[in-house]
Amino acid sequence: MSTSATELMKTPLNAAHRALNAKMVDFGGWDMPVQYPAGILAEHEAVRTKAGLFDVSHMGEIRVKGPGALALVEHLTPNAVSKLALGQVHYTAFLYENGTFVDDLLVYREGEEEFLLVVNAGNSDKDFAWVQQQAKGFDCTVVNESPATGQIALQGPLAVGILQPLTKTPLDPIGYYFFTHGEVAGIKCLISRTGYTGEDGFELYCAAGDTERLWNAVLAAGKPAGLIPAGLGCRNTLRLECKMALYGHEIDDTIHALEAGLGWIVKLDKGDFIGREALLAAKAAPAPRKLVGFKTLEKRDIARDHMPVVQDGRQIGFVTSAAPSPTCGFNLGLAYVPTDLAKIGGRIQIEIRGRAVDAEIIPTPFYKRAK
Amino acid sequence: MFPADLKYTKDHEWLKPAGDGTALVGITHYAQDALGDVVFVDLPEAGAAFGQGEEFGTVESVKTVSELNMPTAGEVLEVNAALTDHPEAVNEDPYGKGWMVKIKLTGALAGDLLDAAAYEALVSAESH
Repeated sequence: MSTSATELMKTPLNAAHRALNAKMVDFGGWDMPVQYPAGILAEHEAVRTKAGLFDVSHMGEIRVKGPGALALVEHLTPNAVSKLALGQVHYTAFLYENGTFVDDLLVYREGEEEFLLVVNAGNSDKDFAWVQQQAKGFDCTVVNESPATGQIALQGPLAVGILQPLTKTPLDPIGYYFFTHGEVAGIKCLISRTGYTGEDGFELYCAAGDTERLWNAVLAAGKPAGLIPAGLGCRNTLRLECKMALYGHEIDDTIHALEAGLGWIVKLDKGDFIGREALLAAKAAPAPRKLVGFKTLEKRDIARDHMPVVQDGRQIGFVTSAAPSPTCGFNLGLAYVPTDLAKIGGRIQIEIRGRAVDAEIIPTPFYKRAK
Repeated sequence: MFPADLKYTKDHEWLKPAGDGTALVGITHYAQDALGDVVFVDLPEAGAAFGQGEEFGTVESVKTVSELNMPTAGEVLEVNAALTDHPEAVNEDPYGKGWMVKIKLTGALAGDLLDAAAYEALVSAESH
């Protein structure tokens, strides 16, 4: 039995994906392309060597505006919002009082008193409710712009060359994790030099009604250079190779920011924020578990998401995400393991369909693009 | 749509009897398409024997893993060694270069194997 496609939410590009013969799957209640006919391996390689184009319109957008906007966003997130310049964006999180994750997100500083928060598709409603609830007592408005916003991501070393002919905005000067407003193919866009793949590239936000035209324009412009559409399948293998977190895997409401290796987004000295007390306490105590990267030793041993990490038949940890790595050429993954086992070169065992399989802890990220 | 000279299981394996008591086994086009890019095929050694429906290996794709079940009782005579370095053959040529094992039939052919028309009907029902 499967969910009827009519019950799933659709992005503005749904018809475009089907016209491209995408294989569609239910992704957290959204009807999304997992791959196109080229396949996950070819799409992954295209992003690493040329460029791929992703539909990420299912992501959520929340705009916080007003005299109290900065204070609210500082209260909601552990990273230093006041350090964001106009036109700058940073990675951060919404945390609960106990320091665990409501979600991870990007914060865009659109103005002195205006921030755009971009959240995960699956957590959109939860996050909007969270922000609204926390906003009581702060002098600002909180607007859910998700239904009105489309987003596509052009990722790969050829991204600048593919996009520049479509816009008068000089793209090269836009630094990594900076953004600007401009027009692409005559369509008003927020042009952001960010992405979830580890390659150079841009995330383009536009009005929902403009998304299909934008998608078609970018695809056509990039075709001669080898740009192909890319689905959620390769999006996962790309981000995993770069050790980028995925909500529900490396981070969730049972894991706190420090054990996830995300201490770098936690600025304990910036002032108070939800979860600060808990993280101060966690920092002072020895961490019981740590997120590590691993590779299995045999080609046949492919670990998968959520498999147990075992020792002498007992579960001592768990795999968060794992897959064959197209770029690295071996089977890898991330796992939470007891801190005393979390040493580079150390061995752990993963239970793969009833068999305890050896894996070696290796440094992360597994892949880093050449400068 | 599916080769008429093959027999099929409802788990999407195919069986090609050679007429001399041996047969080739693989997975269908429908199965490889559902799996996506195959990255590894885990197959048994020659000499291993399996009953009908018994798991004889696994096929791993980028995003998932699937069991391989023996369509009819048999003993493995030969394993397609080319799949070790070229697992993509399963996607590109599932009935030809993507063959997985050659077996010696050790009993009567399983009675519930499907012919091409019946398998096609099964697949049509599954895709809706």
